[in-house]
Amino acid sequence: MINLKVNGKDRSFDGDLDMPLLWFLRDVLGLTGTKFGCGMALCGSCTVHQNGEAIRSCTTSMKEVAGAEITTIEGITPLHPVQKAWMEIKVPQCGYCQTGQIMQAIALLKDNKNPSDHDIDTVMSGNLCRCGTYQRIRAAIHQAAKEIA
Amino acid sequence: MKLIENVSRRGFLTGALATGAFVLGAKVVGSHFLAERAQAAGGVFQPDLFLAIDPDGTVTIVAHRSEMGCGSRTALPLVVADELDADWSRVKIDQAIGDPKYGDQDTDGSHSVRSFFDQMRQVGATGRVMLISAAAAQWNVSPNECKTEPHFVIHTASGRKLGYGELAAAAAKLPVPKKDAVPLKQRSEWRYIGNESNALFDLPDMVTGKATFGMDAAVPGMVYASVEHPPVLGQKIASYDDKAALKVRGVQKTLTIDSVTPPHLFKPLGGVAVIADNTWSAFQGRKALKIDWSDSPNQSYNSAEYRKTLEATSRQPGKVVRSIGDVDAEFAKGGKIMEAEYYTPHLAHASMEPPVAVVDYNGGKPIAWAPTQNPQAVQETLSGVLGIKKEDVTCHVPLLGGGFGRKSKPDQVAEAAVLSKQLGKPVKVVWNREDDIRFDYFHSVAAMYMKAAIGADGRPTAWLQRTVYPPIASTFDPAAKYADDEMGLGWNNLPFDIPNQRAENGPADYHVRIGWLRSVANIYHAFAIHSFADELAHNANQDPVQYLLNLIGPPRVIDLGLKGDDAEDAKKFPLDTARYRRVVEMVAEESGWGKRPMGKGHGMGIAAHRSFLTYVASVVETEVDNKGEVHIPNVWTAVDCGTVVAPDNVRNQFEGAAVFGTSLALFSEITATKGAINQSNFSDYQITRMNRAPRKTEVHIVASEAPPAGVGEPGTPPIAPAIYNAVFAATGKRVRELPLSKTKLV
Repeated sequence: MINLKVNGKDRSFDGDLDMPLLWFLRDVLGLTGTKFGCGMALCGSCTVHQNGEAIRSCTTSMKEVAGAEITTIEGITPLHPVQKAWMEIKVPQCGYCQTGQIMQAIALLKDNKNPSDHDIDTVMSGNLCRCGTYQRIRAAIHQAAKEIA
Repeated sequence: MKLIENVSRRGFLTGALATGAFVLGAKVVGSHFLAERAQAAGGVFQPDLFLAIDPDGTVTIVAHRSEMGCGSRTALPLVVADELDADWSRVKIDQAIGDPKYGDQDTDGSHSVRSFFDQMRQVGATGRVMLISAAAAQWNVSPNECKTEPHFVIHTASGRKLGYGELAAAAAKLPVPKKDAVPLKQRSEWRYIGNESNALFDLPDMVTGKATFGMDAAVPGMVYASVEHPPVLGQKIASYDDKAALKVRGVQKTLTIDSVTPPHLFKPLGGVAVIADNTWSAFQGRKALKIDWSDSPNQSYNSAEYRKTLEATSRQPGKVVRSIGDVDAEFAKGGKIMEAEYYTPHLAHASMEPPVAVVDYNGGKPIAWAPTQNPQAVQETLSGVLGIKKEDVTCHVPLLGGGFGRKSKPDQVAEAAVLSKQLGKPVKVVWNREDDIRFDYFHSVAAMYMKAAIGADGRPTAWLQRTVYPPIASTFDPAAKYADDEMGLGWNNLPFDIPNQRAENGPADYHVRIGWLRSVANIYHAFAIHSFADELAHNANQDPVQYLLNLIGPPRVIDLGLKGDDAEDAKKFPLDTARYRRVVEMVAEESGWGKRPMGKGHGMGIAAHRSFLTYVASVVETEVDNKGEVHIPNVWTAVDCGTVVAPDNVRNQFEGAAVFGTSLALFSEITATKGAINQSNFSDYQITRMNRAPRKTEVHIVASEAPPAGVGEPGTPPIAPAIYNAVFAATGKRVRELPLSKTKLV
């Protein structure tokens, strides 16, 4: 049995500790804003924050998040400048990968207040978007950086 | 025929809406090809689409097409709201379940707006006329003295106004006016159609995680299932051992599903299903299964050998699908001949949301929640595999996490249905990424042979093109070896001004399930045609843009000699080379073609292709670095898709198409060894990441009042040939097969 915090709430888990956090969030807690895409940390759809750092929840076991503070897209309140920029630039097409993109972008801007295109490409290339919204994602991150500054 | 009726008088939807709601149903008479599709699907063509206004002023518009990222769930209701003169902020969208009464719901072929634009205008405008009538009656004035502004009817002279909600009850009692008594807005009066600020209806939910995708569907009492499919199409379970699987924590039991037999349709592939308390346990249980599979004739399928077979076929005469003049006579004259062969591999769709479905068998009246492009196909498929009436199948359609054609094929929904029937409880089937890549309905592998006779001016006097691939029809008829609908996808309609032309198609056997992927056969057809056109331009020492314009020739409407419904289509959407030329000229201008200084390793390439009735030209600038890696600093796309509802979304679609085209040009390839697919996840089936995507894509839309044409797909076909032509300009290397990562450039 382990304890953790998810979006500020105390939670406990006594199942298979090898289970990835993703499935605890989705199937146990019903927090479906975090998406399943590949199961191998190859696409970033499942990105959440562990103690403020972006992680891939599909390959992070419950064992590894014992005692951690987890934030999912549902825990980003009020609306973050990154989300506002996403809406103003109208980034999404299908929308499926976008919560993971947004969680990665929030973490990026926490570490780097004024990222260059190259910085953005380096960090965001772990997040796939099959609809191909990369150009708008980059623009939205620049816009959010300005808003935060 | 009465096209629209006031169904609130019949008490429709009374459970769903407040008493006194004004509900307008439209019997939408689809265009001929829709009617034909509906008949082919065995459905009665009596579709109803609903518009409802509550007394509180809430306008509910039914979206009957699926939302997979192309924006039709927003665009069609916007059209209704515009003609209704509704306040968009007070519009609610109600996603339709699958039902033939809506007409064609198969959200593919880039035709949601194209096919339903006129009808949606009529629905909205009829509502507006009735609201005006209701207000005029209340004021005892003539309707002609009234006008509307969003959500209000106004008596112009007195300035009195009544809200749509206040008028709903009265409007609900009125007869529906005849079509000729329903004026449509002038284009200049449109508030939403063509408005730059239009945004996806679901945008706020998408950025906050509240949007519900198929993957997010859940019902009480549901169990989770993951299915180990036969690795090779046609294999059956010889024996299996589930002892270890059943020991996995959370695993409840295993069940078998019979292996699919041809025709494959959308039937379950078969295999062993692990039923568990959650998705993870089901996945883990699968890993512990031991299964021996029987042999299948498709174990003969090896991509390298198959390629040789396709190419050999492409060198032999095939079935003629279009012929002008006499190419053979021209070739026999003994002038200069150019020949080239092109090859493109299988592709997987790889939408970010893998196939998934929840089905509750519900005692023979199944209820499905499925991210499907075609809820009526879910009804038909479940009807077939469960032996029930399709009217007894209810299919809810959450948002789709991408579709690209894969999600027109609901085989995973059929799996969930079969399992739910056996278990007597709701089942959620989740495909993992490996399932998605290995068990797709693959985009066809294809070989193209091209031959031209070159005149003294460097232009072709004869053009022969031959294409060979396992056809989509093989999924529906195992005997099918020739392409059918694919011929209209950029092969039997070459818009070039060449006196002697012949297009042919050769036969091929299938060994995997073949399906349609964003822009379908246009991908390999445009790759061959525009690579070859570029080769001819360079051979003639002529500028590729000018050469392409010469190939297209003078402005004219080309009669393709189409028959029946296709001929009807051609009346509304003639193949107009003036529009073709315009996108080429526009993209050359916007890209600074011939004027941009090109650094070392840089080059520009062009391709233009009309598909889904939309004219598109793209110029790509590539940069080949000293390791031979291709980067794309710039893409310029010019598009003429007729009337545009949501311009920013159109740009987004074409920006995305440049990335999708980059994936298949540079990275993606599906191959088989002994019938089993070699790729499994994004590690070995690569799609474009941000650092290799076009760094900047500009989309220029031709202002047009022509009928709306396709948007979701037509951006894809020109990208690969434009990239390859740019790489040739940069390096002098002509590569004739996809993807480029297989060829060493330095």
